Amino acid sequence: MGEKNIILSVKDLEVKFQVRERVLTAIRNISYDFEEGKVVAIVGESGSGKSVFTKTFTGMLEVNGTISKGEIWFEGKNLVEKTKDSEWEEIRGKKIAMVFQDPMSSLNPILTIGDQISEVIIKHRGLSKEEAKAEAISLMERVGIPNAANRYDEYPFQYSGGMRQRIVIAIALACRPRILICDEPTTALDVTIQAQIIRLIKELSAEFGFTTIYITHDLGVVANVADVVAVMYGGQIIEYGNVEEIFYDSRHPYTWGLLSSLPQLGTKGDDLFAIRGTPPSLFEEIKGDAFALRSQYAMQIDFEEEPPFFKVSDTHYAKTWLLDPRAPKVEQPEAIRGLHERLMASTSKGGGYSGK
Amino acid sequence: MENREKIIEVKNLEVTFQLGGKKTLTAVKNVSFDIYKGETLSLVGESGSGKTTIGRAIIRLNETTDGEILFKGKKINGKIDKETKKDVVRNIQMIFQDPASSLNERATIDYCISEGLYNFHLYEDEEDRERKVSQALADVGLLEEHKSRYPHEFSGGQRQRVGIARAMIMEPQFIVADEPISALDVSIRAQVLNLMKKFQRERGLTYLFIAHDLSVVRHISDRIAVIHKGTIVEMAETEELFNNPLHPYTISLLSAVPMPDPEIEKNKVLIKYDGSEHDYSVDKPDFVEITPGHFVHANQKELEEYRKQLGI
Repeated sequence: MGEKNIILSVKDLEVKFQVRERVLTAIRNISYDFEEGKVVAIVGESGSGKSVFTKTFTGMLEVNGTISKGEIWFEGKNLVEKTKDSEWEEIRGKKIAMVFQDPMSSLNPILTIGDQISEVIIKHRGLSKEEAKAEAISLMERVGIPNAANRYDEYPFQYSGGMRQRIVIAIALACRPRILICDEPTTALDVTIQAQIIRLIKELSAEFGFTTIYITHDLGVVANVADVVAVMYGGQIIEYGNVEEIFYDSRHPYTWGLLSSLPQLGTKGDDLFAIRGTPPSLFEEIKGDAFALRSQYAMQIDFEEEPPFFKVSDTHYAKTWLLDPRAPKVEQPEAIRGLHERLMASTSKGGGYSGK
Repeated sequence: MENREKIIEVKNLEVTFQLGGKKTLTAVKNVSFDIYKGETLSLVGESGSGKTTIGRAIIRLNETTDGEILFKGKKINGKIDKETKKDVVRNIQMIFQDPASSLNERATIDYCISEGLYNFHLYEDEEDRERKVSQALADVGLLEEHKSRYPHEFSGGQRQRVGIARAMIMEPQFIVADEPISALDVSIRAQVLNLMKKFQRERGLTYLFIAHDLSVVRHISDRIAVIHKGTIVEMAETEELFNNPLHPYTISLLSAVPMPDPEIEKNKVLIKYDGSEHDYSVDKPDFVEITPGHFVHANQKELEEYRKQLGI
């Protein structure tokens, strides 16, 4: 990637899980460089490995999971070499913080909101109790809690779902992390609240200057939040590029399938496009292109040999044999050509459903 | 639309829950709507809006405290006779959001799907039952060999198919689908929506589709009702609602819908709604049909403004 500022670099990462007597390969040789200051969205369905992938950055793999191969470079150190929890404490929460889907399970129900934020500030930044309280209240205000000072002594159950997620974000930011990993942070929230939380994360990332890794399966959210998108399938990244490149000029048949099946692009009265079949079992060795069985564009070679990444632009790469110069020329499916124009036309008000 | 057959009529429905002690919570207030035979009506709102409560009241899972629910002209809420009850259980089926928790995990798929048949003796003999289960499985795209398996052996999308097969085998006339695709992956959602649509085409089914995301229901709904805090604030044919939303809550919901298009999202303006824009102290609101088929919850002053907006 040349002169770009890389904050986290993953090389040939492979993660295996021991499930009863069988071995599941959840991550299959991922190499990826995260660029500093960007919002990188990782998109994929459940089981694609997107959560497992990011858990390796903070040493949070479940006990039956191991990194069997590869390197993760952050601040000049290979994180894969860390084994003890005490070694991870320097990184986890402090330099790389996380926000999860369910805010209630990330908060301690019997501690006040204020205590939970100041605890982190005292522990990681060594401030006094009073200083920490002042800092916590200012953070609460920053994440949009009205009457922060009064609500400092309240408990999580007194907060709504959206407010709780704001608190989790405040706790994550209390240590001034360099990377914030958001794992489906808005999936459990209503659309109106979701939109507010996403906007908050974007504003904060610009203000505090951290790099965001945003995991989601919702392409609408991706379109809003991301600078860069990495699409995952079957334990691999299969396409990545700038958000515009992925939405308007995608090249991998799986990305095409994801976009084509969006209900927003459906025509009334017609069936929606549906990707046939189901994702591959990661218990078995996958030969060739993992998506080949479900792809209507699959060629003989897709079943025999794994495709390499082909370059589309300096920022856009896709792992599909369709980009090989020897492959027949295949156009994007009809359904997603002119995606922007079609969505714009979908209301008389000119897209966005803004209604005004 | 007036001459179309109404399959469900909900009139001034109220559902109040006892919260222990003297505390009560009115989840649904004065809600009225009709569902016509063969259509899909979507009920859209956020969590806590009462949308699921309405669906559950129709299939008699929640008791109603006021108002009436009619199924093909016959009252089905409150105290009803045994025959009517049987008619409701058999002809109104529900598809749930979480297919995992709606299936008995200790029963085989064969039993899960047959349960309704057993309860109503809807089969001539064992051979007939087996034939019906096989047909139901085939209809939702599952295989004969799946019969002997247990729910945990299936993926989320497959479990939702089992949930649908279990409802469809009863040959219902009306289905309440409560967020049937929210828990599913993007690539599976389209499959399940197509399947539901197929059954509607082939069997003239009627759906009440409960959802929180307007953009998802646009494709499948004939009409949409938007519900906020137990009150339906706006109801119209789908395209009318998207093109001429009137109620500020509908507008706020539409503004928040995530669109899979970076250009549109970049220029997105969020419109907040907290109810403070209404002054109902003197001029009381009502649910009014402002243009044919387009209903909005508003008072006289607001109606005037809406009429101006619509140019009428």
